[in-house]
Amino acid sequence: MDLVKLQRQLVDYRDSLYHECFLDEQFTQLQELQDENNPDFVVEVVSLFFEDSERLLNELTKALEQQSIDFKRVDAHVHQLKGSSSSIGAQRVQKSCIAFRNYCEEQNVEGCLTCLQLVRQEYYLVKSKLEALFKLEQQILSAGGSIPI
Amino acid sequence: MAVNGAVTWLRRAEEIDGYDLSASDSEEVHVLAVDDSLVDRKVIERLLKITSCKVTAVDSGRRALQFLGLDEEKEANGFDGLKVDLIITDYCMPGMTGYELLKKVKESSAFREIPVVIMSSENVIARIDRCLEEGAEDFIVKPVKLSDVKRIIDYMTTDFREGEERRRGINKRKLRD
Repeated sequence: MDLVKLQRQLVDYRDSLYHECFLDEQFTQLQELQDENNPDFVVEVVSLFFEDSERLLNELTKALEQQSIDFKRVDAHVHQLKGSSSSIGAQRVQKSCIAFRNYCEEQNVEGCLTCLQLVRQEYYLVKSKLEALFKLEQQILSAGGSIPI
Repeated sequence: MAVNGAVTWLRRAEEIDGYDLSASDSEEVHVLAVDDSLVDRKVIERLLKITSCKVTAVDSGRRALQFLGLDEEKEANGFDGLKVDLIITDYCMPGMTGYELLKKVKESSAFREIPVVIMSSENVIARIDRCLEEGAEDFIVKPVKLSDVKRIIDYMTTDFREGEERRRGINKRKLRD
């Protein structure tokens, strides 16, 4: 595997994620917090985000299936998801949560269900993109190279 | 806000025995971080460690009070050796909000001197004002960045160091007499 080619691929891929707003500057901030003593920091935080998000998406699905929907509860979950996505720089997920919260406030079931679908979509998209990014990073490290900034 | 901070740190410096200054100087700032979000706790912990702080991260206002030994229902859990120099708390938390935690800390004679910083994803002026009025040292809008944490720790440790130096100056004069 051509190391230089891999590194080039990573830079281009990562740039595209920012360009398409999957990631924002908060993700860059997280990368800056990583060093030789904490080489897995970003992967660890993102893994926590994955776990947390999937839990919240499950909770949201359940909450919206209820006969009598507790919109405060739904909103609380969306608020959490908005917060954690913001903290890791998952901009599109964060933005989709904003619309969701508006529908919660209006107690609009259809709106909420549509938003849940959208949020779930955005989440799985960014998840697969981040996993692809981490895979590229691993390939570079395994080839003895360093990850370009 | 700045005046309050300076007074707080000066007062603490005067309480320390004059000949123990070198020990206190090398002590890290111990921060109690409060946030119900696991992701945010992980991030704030790293931000604080990078700024050379000792960190205790808890997931609720209730646990924060327990850690401080302020919870009426539970005894202090044996951490009373570790003094808390700063509390940094999320605003929106289930159960006790960061605002309620702030109030409880400021109402306590033992802990009201500890600076409290509030973090919130919502940049609402009324909320910020309310927190500052209740005695919060500062307010950070999430997502929290390294520059936010550095600003707060720098400001705190500068005041502390200045207080210490003033104290040392007083001691030197006493020795010569």
